[in-house]
Amino acid sequence: MPRYSIGIDLGTTNCAVSYFDLGEADGRREQTMLAIPQLTAVGTVEARPLLPSFLYLPNEQEFPAGGLGLPWDSQRSGTVVGEFARTHGSQVPMRLVASAKSWLCHSGVDRSSAILPWQAPADVRRVSPLEASARYLTHLREAWDHQFPDAPLATQDVVLTVPASFDAAARDLTRRAAEQAGLPQLTLLEEPQAAFYAWCEAMGAGFRKQVRPGDVVLVVDVGGGTCDFSLIAVTDRAGEVELTRVAVGDHILLGGDNMDLALAHAVHARLTAAGKKLDAWQFNALTFACRQAKERLYEDPKLTRAPLVVPGRGSALVGGTLKADLERSELEQLLTEGFFPRTTATDRPQTARRTGLAQIALPYAQDPAVTRHLAGFLTRQARALAEAHEAPLDVRGQAFVHPTAVLFNGGVFRASPLKQRVLEVLNDWLAADGAQPAKELGGAELDLAVARGAAYYGWVRQGHGLRIRGGTARAYYVGVETPMPAVPGVSPPVKALCVAPFGMEEGTQADVPPQEFGLVVGEPTRFRFFASSLRREDRVGTLLESATDADDLEELAPLETTLPATANNAGELVPVNLQAAVTEVGTLELRCLEQGGAGQWKLELNVRMKD
Amino acid sequence: MGNTPPSNLPFLARVGVALRCFWLALTRPEFARQARAWLGAGVAAAPATSAAVPPETTQAPALHLLGLLQREGRLIDFLQEDIAGFDDAEVGVAARVVHAGCRRVLTEGLTLEPALREPDGTAVTVPAGFDAQRIRLTGNVAGSPPFRGVLRHHGWVATAVQLPTRSPALDPRVLAPAEVEL
Repeated sequence: MPRYSIGIDLGTTNCAVSYFDLGEADGRREQTMLAIPQLTAVGTVEARPLLPSFLYLPNEQEFPAGGLGLPWDSQRSGTVVGEFARTHGSQVPMRLVASAKSWLCHSGVDRSSAILPWQAPADVRRVSPLEASARYLTHLREAWDHQFPDAPLATQDVVLTVPASFDAAARDLTRRAAEQAGLPQLTLLEEPQAAFYAWCEAMGAGFRKQVRPGDVVLVVDVGGGTCDFSLIAVTDRAGEVELTRVAVGDHILLGGDNMDLALAHAVHARLTAAGKKLDAWQFNALTFACRQAKERLYEDPKLTRAPLVVPGRGSALVGGTLKADLERSELEQLLTEGFFPRTTATDRPQTARRTGLAQIALPYAQDPAVTRHLAGFLTRQARALAEAHEAPLDVRGQAFVHPTAVLFNGGVFRASPLKQRVLEVLNDWLAADGAQPAKELGGAELDLAVARGAAYYGWVRQGHGLRIRGGTARAYYVGVETPMPAVPGVSPPVKALCVAPFGMEEGTQADVPPQEFGLVVGEPTRFRFFASSLRREDRVGTLLESATDADDLEELAPLETTLPATANNAGELVPVNLQAAVTEVGTLELRCLEQGGAGQWKLELNVRMKD
Repeated sequence: MGNTPPSNLPFLARVGVALRCFWLALTRPEFARQARAWLGAGVAAAPATSAAVPPETTQAPALHLLGLLQREGRLIDFLQEDIAGFDDAEVGVAARVVHAGCRRVLTEGLTLEPALREPDGTAVTVPAGFDAQRIRLTGNVAGSPPFRGVLRHHGWVATAVQLPTRSPALDPRVLAPAEVEL
């Protein structure tokens, strides 16, 4: 019997661990964040509530022996995770792995091969996005086991959070990273849901006073590196309140780090204009100083400016230090207007045209306006919900989905003017569409809510609280090639066969009825694989005429399987049917079932290639 | 030092030899030089080995704290610099760096509370049996407690210490490494 329910927030820029003693669940009100020992300098270990998600791959001679030791391994060498990796790595970027999580859901690259640090010189050892994630989880597991030797993490009830926008492949990779980190048993939970659970726990019994059947809660989660939206509907079923996660947004690489950078660039431009030059080290220091100045200005609304000081790099401090001021007007101009402009509900995020020679890199959001991304999300989902017959939400007459309440999450919203702006913009849209204004669900924790909510979810899962239903936030399809005479230059059209419908619940499976596929024994068979976050109506077996032309389908990494050959059946064709299952972990699994036989083969997501 | 096995000298004879050696070493430099060589390196090294543990080892935590204040707040850079030639504005800008960084070390590593809760300038009574470590009496210290007085400085007490730990494998004398950019 596990003693603890443990929530792990494996963030793009920071990780956090919260835990919940299942034995005394009712008494849990105090902060129960795991203090994570980590290197903060050579030979210096500090325990902090956040573990920066950075991995540094040092040169062999770079640090003295014993300088990278951890409390549980004084002779550790080879890799550095956490605060020191972040601060030192910013000065040696070619050896620093950052944003591994964003790479994990980037289907344009091979996510299981050693590609990070991206574009590092040849002599630097590299790791895969999968391995980097596994390293962070390993550090967390070791930190936990060091503190709780009687209750090793692998034997506890572990809930790991993923962005709601993570597709089946990214979820599966996350599960594999956990497995590599020695955590074979766990459950995945979407981050905005975790934030909502944390809020429910913080509210306690007062929860039912704040949300009622008919409410639609919009979760806006803006973390360090990503923006994640979810809609949760509150409904009434036979007198019982029910929560359903109705829709999730796309993966948007845009977050608080972009905001700090925007400030630093603006101040840098001013300093340069005044004839002062900053090197890369000083620019980092400037970015850090901007973040702190930003926090001070947001904390104290009476301040009109906050001083920024950037020390010189040499030992001469006096005289070598640059000073600038961050004005409140600048903050409002760059952050409030730049990232949260007043837009209309019909505005869409701008996408820059990709040039032919565009580098493969992380697909950062081209448009920094969070409000435009939000408008796009609510409008798209309103259209998708209007087409669905049994939608959990009635969106008739709505140009976009009308939220009645907003839950904010992520460190960015410690700045209340930014929360205020999002609410104002949303309420302007609602007023223009003839609806009541949405209210803010107060009392959210912002920074640590995801980890705490995940730990609380472990308790909820044992039947103690209200659970959010929802199932998969996408429908999944495999590509079926249509037979046609070969024509040079024309590839045969690909139809999309729905194998897992929208909203498929954990622990359920679905057989794909009549379609028959042939697997060649001993040879790899590949299926093209698609997903849609908008097609709510398709049932298992629905066949879409053209997979490649549909703009609501997104192609994922292909699926692959190889039937092991025996002595005399190599090259034979085995007829199979497909079966989809959503595991208890929360990942999607596709299997081939031999027709009229007992054979069963798992289709693996091939993250290596996407044609 | 012969090839024949040594026979034990009587005590008085040994005293005689010792005194003679003492005298010869004192008056003849050449004898002293040879005697030292004969006694071996042990004599020369003796003062070092017999000395106490070097101060950088016993004071390692203090050096570590100094290193922290340098890393976060550039304290050593600031104190080692000759500030006579700079104007107050320049010193002030550097002081902000020192203040912000060193303050971070204090707030994260220590929980600081005043020794007496009253604000400076208030009238206070120092009871009998007061803690002489926490309260220092100045001025007209006469008679016996309880004393009446004015609080001039509320004092500081670290009620909790959670400073980072440092690996014993590292030389505590290195407060900040030299940085070489390649």
